[in-house]
Amino acid sequence: MLRNIIHRLLQGLLVLYVLGTLTFFLVHALPYGPFQDEKAVPPHVMERLEKLHGYDKPLYTQYFLRLKNIAQGNLGMSIKVMEGRKVSDILGQAFPVSLTLGIIAICIAMLIGIPAGIFAAIRKNSIVDYAIMTVALLGICLPNFVIGPMLAEFFGAKLGLVPVAGWNPANPFSLLLPALTLGLVSAAYLSRLTRAGMLEILNQDFIRTARAKGQKGWIIVTRHALRGGLIPSIAYLGPAFAATVSGSVVVEAIFQVPGIGRLFIKAIETGDETLIMGPVLLYGTLIVIANFLADLLQIWLNPRLRAANAD
Amino acid sequence: MENSTTIQAANEPAEAGRSLWGDAWIRLRHNRAAMGGCAILAIIVLLCFIIPFFPFLPDPAAQSLPNKNAGPSMSHWMGTDHLGRDLFSRILHGGRISILVGLITTLVSLTIGVSVGAIAGYAGGRVDALLMRTVDVLYSLPFLVIVILFSALAKGYTNDFTEWVVSLTGINQDAIAPFTSLIPLFIAIGALSWLNISRIVRASVQDIASREFVEAARSLGLSHGRILFRHIVPNAIGPIVVYATLTIPSVMLFEATLSFLGMGVQPPYSSWGILIKDGADRMLSNSALLVFPSIFFILTLLSLNFLGDGLRDALDPKSAKS
Repeated sequence: MLRNIIHRLLQGLLVLYVLGTLTFFLVHALPYGPFQDEKAVPPHVMERLEKLHGYDKPLYTQYFLRLKNIAQGNLGMSIKVMEGRKVSDILGQAFPVSLTLGIIAICIAMLIGIPAGIFAAIRKNSIVDYAIMTVALLGICLPNFVIGPMLAEFFGAKLGLVPVAGWNPANPFSLLLPALTLGLVSAAYLSRLTRAGMLEILNQDFIRTARAKGQKGWIIVTRHALRGGLIPSIAYLGPAFAATVSGSVVVEAIFQVPGIGRLFIKAIETGDETLIMGPVLLYGTLIVIANFLADLLQIWLNPRLRAANAD
Repeated sequence: MENSTTIQAANEPAEAGRSLWGDAWIRLRHNRAAMGGCAILAIIVLLCFIIPFFPFLPDPAAQSLPNKNAGPSMSHWMGTDHLGRDLFSRILHGGRISILVGLITTLVSLTIGVSVGAIAGYAGGRVDALLMRTVDVLYSLPFLVIVILFSALAKGYTNDFTEWVVSLTGINQDAIAPFTSLIPLFIAIGALSWLNISRIVRASVQDIASREFVEAARSLGLSHGRILFRHIVPNAIGPIVVYATLTIPSVMLFEATLSFLGMGVQPPYSSWGILIKDGADRMLSNSALLVFPSIFFILTLLSLNFLGDGLRDALDPKSAKS
């Protein structure tokens, strides 16, 4: 078990290293740089800016310098978008917003997706099952940039129940629409996975035995089938969280939520390397942690995996 | 007597054998969702690729400000947008780009995914471990974020790329620009969406590589490359076709998302993603601009998913659990 955990942590570090390296070279390959402006920048100013941010050194020196700094926890300061502010401060301000959004979205996805999948599996091949599965497929195909504006128009503009856009810490409802938009895709995938997982378990012999014993239907489902049937869904929670976190880039743009996604888009448009690297590494770290937790949960739920890991 | 019956039996035509595809086609035909998807898809593709050649369809770029935000009418079937351009015509022209992006990008991702998966599955050992660990690591990256970075890069070099192709081939810039401006986008999305396919192909190749006919091919002295790509991969074509069908909608979604964020298809060309973005911006004044392109887009994605699911059930009866 311990060996397994160490192995996963090392792999997580490798993921972050690859991610950071990829980002560094992609950003430096952009044909525009953070020092360009609408007006022409005088050469001596350009030179001084480049020197200030270390851009005058050869690329590989810059790379190792950045690597060393980031390994020591220094993300540097924003070059263009929020000129001169420390990236860690900027992230510290924007991250809680994005994280709240992501967590609410995942909770919504689980609350909708898992019960829907269980229900569809119990009523297999009935109208209810077909209806749930059709809605789920629709949820997968409906892009969040279509759902988002439509939800905003219906609940925000027509019914006036919730704010159309923006983020107001005093009003928790202002995050509801963005979180719903973000969570629906994962809800759709979760319901499909839950249905498939439950069906597989419900067809097994021990379920038939429980039925033959005269056990009540809902007890069979909650006590016997759920544990095994939910394993695929739990395995998906890691990737789902990843999709939700990076998907928030789009949702934040639609609802004008002042999270990391909007900063990230602005940073890419200007080539602000430090402000691109910060969010990318933060997203990467979140995903590594989420995958790790999902794996642990899966091992804990599955006796066969538990036995295999108990060395 | 006995002898003659034997001869007769031998003369009777043997019952026609049914191929994998014959079987699959029979199963697919009975799947109403898949066939419906297929029909809708055919209609949309015909609309997008044939109708724009007929003269009755207005020019998608022709503006007419006095006629802006008009409702549906005989001359403008779906009304006009905020610049008085015909919405139906814009949707069909945008659809061409969206569908083209879907197809070609899928081709790119298939090429990479099948090669990586096949080599990993066939070679086994260290090569397999290395390739699959790479896939694992790529899997854990924040996908959309990397695609956005890639396409920002692709967008930055679009003009250089067009000039390079023009200088190389001497083709008129206006004629080739619609294609060359899209190629970086194809590569950017295709280079990142092959992970699922490579895992699927690897599993099939591992399974097929242990069969007798592969051993036979090896004992005949065929080279590894020939065995792999002439004998093993064609036998794994079922799952490849299924996942190709399911990859098309997902890359179309990516293209639309990127275009929505301003990183995908660039003006003057438009795609469904761009139309939806325009529609969402002007939703309150004219909701038709959001609704009509969304309907086309969602119908296409739904049909492709139904078709892909149907193909999976048809080609791989074991996986159809219900």
